[in-house]
Amino acid sequence: MRKKNKNKNNKNLNASWLKPYSLLQNYPLYIRSIPAEQELKFHYTVHTSLDVVDEKVSAMGKALVDQRELYLGLLYPTEDYKVYGYVTNSKVKFVMVVDSSNTALRDNEIRSMFRKLHNSYTDVMCNPFYNPGDRIHSRAFDNMVTSMMVQVC
Amino acid sequence: MEPPEEPLRPVIYTMENKPIVTCAGDQNLFASVYPTLSQQLPREPMEWRRSYGRAPKMIHLESNFVQFKEELLPKEGNKALLTFPFLHIYWTECCDTEVYKATLKDDITKWQNVLKAHSSVDWLIVVVESDAKKKNKTNILPRTSIVDKIRNDFCNKQSDRCVVLCDPLKDSSRTQESWNAFLTKLRTLLLMSFTKNLGKFEDDMRTLREKRTEPGWSFCEYFMVQEELAFVFEMLQQFEDALVQYDELDALFSQYVVNFGAGDGANWLTFFCQSVKSWNGLILRKPIDMEKRELIQSQEATLLDLRSYLFSRQCTLLIFLQRPWEVSQRALELLHNCVQELKLLEVSVPPGALDCWVFLSCLEVLQRIEGCCDRAQIDSNISHTVGLWSYATEKLKSLGYLCGLVSENGPNSEDLNRTVDLLAGLGAERPETAKTAQSPYKKLKEALSSVEAFEKHYLDLSHATIEMYTSIGRIRSAKLVGKDLAEFYMRKKSPQKAEVYLQNALKNYVAEGWALPITHTRKQLAECQKHLGQIENYLQTSSLLASDTHLTEDERKHFCQEILNFANEQKESPGLKVVLSMHSFAQLKHLHFDPSNALVHVGGTLSIEITLLSQMPISVQVEQIAVSVHFSIEKNSYRKTAEWLTKHKTSNGIISFPNENSSVPFSRSSSPALELYEMYERSPSDNSLNTTGIICKNVHMLLRRQESSSSLEIPSGVTLEDGAHILKCSNVTLDPGVNKIIFRTQAKEPGTYTLRQMCTSVGQVQFVLPHIYPIVQYDVYSQDPQLKVEPLTDSLLAGIPQKVKFTVTTGYYTIKNGDSLQLSNADAMLILFHAENRAIIYSNTREKSSEASLMIQSSEKVTSVSLPMAPAYHMIEFELEVLSLPSTPTSGESDKLVNKEPQRKNKEKQKAGNCMVTLDQKVSIDCPWSIYSTIIALTFNIPFKATHSLLSAGKRKYIQVCVQNLSELGFQLSDSNLIDTGNSPDLQLVPLNTKCQKGNKARQEDPRELVGDAEPKNSIYIQHIYSKQSVFFVWELLWTKELPPSLHCHFSLDFYPASEDRSISLKPYSYEFQVENFFTLYNVKAEIFPPLGTEYCKTGSLCSLEVSITRLSDLLEVDKDEALTESDEYCTTKLMYEVVDNSSNWAVCGKSSGVISMPVTARATHKVHMEVMPLFAGYLPFPDVRLFKYLPHHSAHSTQLDADSWIENDNLSVDKNMDDQTDNSSQKSKSSSHSAASVEHKGLPMPRLQPFPSGQVFNSSTGMQILVIPSKDDHILEVSVT
Repeated sequence: MRKKNKNKNNKNLNASWLKPYSLLQNYPLYIRSIPAEQELKFHYTVHTSLDVVDEKVSAMGKALVDQRELYLGLLYPTEDYKVYGYVTNSKVKFVMVVDSSNTALRDNEIRSMFRKLHNSYTDVMCNPFYNPGDRIHSRAFDNMVTSMMVQVC
Repeated sequence: MEPPEEPLRPVIYTMENKPIVTCAGDQNLFASVYPTLSQQLPREPMEWRRSYGRAPKMIHLESNFVQFKEELLPKEGNKALLTFPFLHIYWTECCDTEVYKATLKDDITKWQNVLKAHSSVDWLIVVVESDAKKKNKTNILPRTSIVDKIRNDFCNKQSDRCVVLCDPLKDSSRTQESWNAFLTKLRTLLLMSFTKNLGKFEDDMRTLREKRTEPGWSFCEYFMVQEELAFVFEMLQQFEDALVQYDELDALFSQYVVNFGAGDGANWLTFFCQSVKSWNGLILRKPIDMEKRELIQSQEATLLDLRSYLFSRQCTLLIFLQRPWEVSQRALELLHNCVQELKLLEVSVPPGALDCWVFLSCLEVLQRIEGCCDRAQIDSNISHTVGLWSYATEKLKSLGYLCGLVSENGPNSEDLNRTVDLLAGLGAERPETAKTAQSPYKKLKEALSSVEAFEKHYLDLSHATIEMYTSIGRIRSAKLVGKDLAEFYMRKKSPQKAEVYLQNALKNYVAEGWALPITHTRKQLAECQKHLGQIENYLQTSSLLASDTHLTEDERKHFCQEILNFANEQKESPGLKVVLSMHSFAQLKHLHFDPSNALVHVGGTLSIEITLLSQMPISVQVEQIAVSVHFSIEKNSYRKTAEWLTKHKTSNGIISFPNENSSVPFSRSSSPALELYEMYERSPSDNSLNTTGIICKNVHMLLRRQESSSSLEIPSGVTLEDGAHILKCSNVTLDPGVNKIIFRTQAKEPGTYTLRQMCTSVGQVQFVLPHIYPIVQYDVYSQDPQLKVEPLTDSLLAGIPQKVKFTVTTGYYTIKNGDSLQLSNADAMLILFHAENRAIIYSNTREKSSEASLMIQSSEKVTSVSLPMAPAYHMIEFELEVLSLPSTPTSGESDKLVNKEPQRKNKEKQKAGNCMVTLDQKVSIDCPWSIYSTIIALTFNIPFKATHSLLSAGKRKYIQVCVQNLSELGFQLSDSNLIDTGNSPDLQLVPLNTKCQKGNKARQEDPRELVGDAEPKNSIYIQHIYSKQSVFFVWELLWTKELPPSLHCHFSLDFYPASEDRSISLKPYSYEFQVENFFTLYNVKAEIFPPLGTEYCKTGSLCSLEVSITRLSDLLEVDKDEALTESDEYCTTKLMYEVVDNSSNWAVCGKSSGVISMPVTARATHKVHMEVMPLFAGYLPFPDVRLFKYLPHHSAHSTQLDADSWIENDNLSVDKNMDDQTDNSSQKSKSSSHSAASVEHKGLPMPRLQPFPSGQVFNSSTGMQILVIPSKDDHILEVSVT
């Protein structure tokens, strides 16, 4: 049984106009996980992984590495899961938690999955009725995530 | 590449770990050379070119020189590399051919044969020469001969296999040279041997690896082979290469495990699947764990053994490479990987065993790293090690839970058994750590030994981990560890310690809006608070949980019930009131005022409907909902008027409150909303606005540092305001979802009421919304009764009925039966009233409430309008018609006549333009609510303006009156009439106005030339006068006797608006004026005669002008002035004539003016001849002939004009000057007396000219023209086109 959990956190650098009173960052825009029983654990894991994302993003800023490399790689392994990260240029974060026994998922697969997620997220953003910073309730995005999860499992 | 720690040099088979070089031949000789050799060999690096495209490396060579023995040579199939002799050297210092032939040659041959038998080709023969020996045997062959012989005998085509070392023990340049050559040779040969032998080894190894799919292949065997290579690299201090060997083995093994998991099992792997019996952790203190190596060699190793050994070797090499942080990183991967592999291989592991293994391993790795780094290095690389700390903490925690060390009662027997089993699996402590006090082994044993010891170790680890996470900014991770700690404390029944961790974690989750962790942590916090007995906090958390949609319905109901239980419990014994924040209980959504403008007069009723969204899962019976209201008396009274109401607050009276549960849950609640208020500062003196701005009243809440902000869970900011003004609503049931609650209040004091707090009471629990934002206010006002009178149209016209609107704003006054407005009548204004006059009563909100007829009674002085009954704060509107009687404007030839006041007042206005004359009418009105009268001023405009003029024809006289309509309205005119107010019987005014059959035909082609008719009154002729038009009326003046010098006339004209019936009789428009000196005294006639003999005048030729001035009357009263000279009966007067041609048609030749003496007798004629020349051809008008009275300068009382004035007046217009002279005489006298000095100074008193009043001189040739033909010899033809 393999599990996978996806999550997006918007580090909302430009969202101050949306929430002028709370400089809110790193709140989840979208979380999906299977199986659902473990959801709470995944939430904790993903939330904790933001530490490493922050670390990597700030390191990236310092090193002035190729800005086009959005994939952060393995954030950290746990006993049961591997946590991967991806951050867009506008600092929207994608975190993927994969069962560590799932050896079929190599770096390249993860990378392409992130790219797919990013594309789909861009589509969501293009929706004029979507308010940037809101939680994502898009059927297309849902379907894409579902198909990706089914494919992996 | 010196290893950092000397004692770590691996020891294998009691030999030093260096490549082996055997020495045969003269052992004594070697012994003498050895110290230098072993010292010199590693001194210089050598480039090692590698096979398979590997990068060449510089390498320092060292060797272990051993005596040659045949046993040292590897047997066929022996793969051992460490014991492999890479080079064989034969040493000799023979210089004697005899000796060589006798013994040495045989010895070398034998040595060579042994080597050949083992197919070893790496050999070298060293011949040592010394001068000392040479001296002794001078007769012997040249020294090279021995070497040559050896080369000849043994070094078949390999002459470099024999080298000469000269005087190795001496210190000469030759010795040095020879040593260098030898060492280079030695190094080259050694490397050649390495390359060759290692290459062969690697090939063999690869072959072996390729066989891995064969059934009998054993990983352990292969492991040993490849490790051999690793050892050699390590021996050569090529740690990188050595590490690669281990990494390859690691990867190979991992791949097998993965394949096994995929069902592709290798036989040998099943051995690793044996159940785990020992979990004593990694051992990293020894460079090589021989114990485990032997297990692998004997194929008895378990998976953990293999992994442990592999990692210990990798660790050793990484530390050689000074990469300790890679060790920690790899360690974490390894530990996770092992756990996964055991799971994948379905190896049976006793519960807790892996936890022990991981825990020990983590600590071992950490201690190993600490052993080789200093404190500063460790501190700056916490991010690499903190994972291990956290992992160890986690594992210790699970061990503690497993062994019953966390429970309150301590471990039971089952737990103890388990502990014993776990400890057994650890085995005995390794000797190398036995002396270390803090060894992982000791720690684990101690931690598992008792509840207290466990707590100590667990807390130490946890705190260390939290501290480390915090120091590198991984706040979230720190909070998560803190939460585990909180769980631990809760288990240990010390909730007071748990609380702070839970609060911190919760704060973090709330700040970042993670709903599920919030809910979970809050649940834990609720339990904690319940244990702690923090009733208020517990209830607050419960209310948050009860409204949390992430919980199940049952859980929510539970927490809701907790609150209700508490509320009901306390009901019996009224104790303290618990005040909670309302936002979790219910949300204020909307507020609706009725009346919608939130403005109510004193005594009025205001209802406020609020929409509350109850977040509770069940219906809650609320005893009371109260809204506290802040009352302030506004100084700005304008705000309280009904007028303000209509201008402001255009909203529909619904105020919406921002949705707290927006896209990001719980985000907004984390910081308070801005509370903004308007601020006006007025100057104390004149109440004008000085400054205005917006004030944020809760800056202190917003600008507070984020860290120090008090936790949400503690509603510390909620305080109940005590206010005298409270809106209440009792016994309400709040159902889940939307509820509407209506508050009603009777307005009492005028002022502004601001809704500040809302408080919902359930038993002793009060849910308080501390601030209602956006600001909600309602106003109560009190208004004085008011009367307003305003015209319906833009301006009122005098003379015709005009409508005026009366508006009575009742304010606080209730109009009773019999209340009336008393209008004191103005003389010139009538109040007209009709029976159908109606008043309309409006309510405060401009809604029509009723209608009543108006009773108007009029007496001579007072008109009384009885008002219909109306309640307070209503408006009564009605219209009345008023008629202002126009006064009679007068005018005359001179202003000596009496002018009426208003006219003079408005004289300036009239000059400015065609403005209407206005009349102000003041009405004083007595209102029932006031003892004072209200004075209302109404301004009426007179719609007409009349002017008159006197026209003459010889002696006949006509009077023309022009009536100009200045208003926007059209009128119908009739009954024009002009009478002489002097009523002299000899005078008759005959109207010459065209008699029109019907009024509408009166209009002729030129509207300005309309002529009115004056018919007897019985037949009405109506004339229209349109807006901005004029009508002219003409009368002929007939007289029988001598005329009076002046005539007073009165013109009157009936008018009424064209659009209306002449239902009411209006007062006619009248105009009074006076004409003077209108009798014609002189007739002036000019005639132009062409030159004699010609028929017509020609341009350029002189014509004669004859001016004849004829006196038409005898001496009259008007003639009696200073120009008149009387002698007996014969009177003469002096006249001045002047011929002026303003249009430059004529050139007057000679004198154009002159003074004549005129007899004052009828028909006396004076003729003047002069020459004029026409300048143009065509019909030319006659030049003007003007006639003035010539007044001598010595006249006694006359005023004189000084020269300047004269000239000035002359320049302007003599006519005008003279005209002014009479009427301005009083003013002129002032100026002349003022200038008297200057007149005398000039000494030339001038005669004065006085023009005749227009009626006294009749110019009979006015308008005459004469035909002038162009002269024949005109060269120039001027054509002017106009």
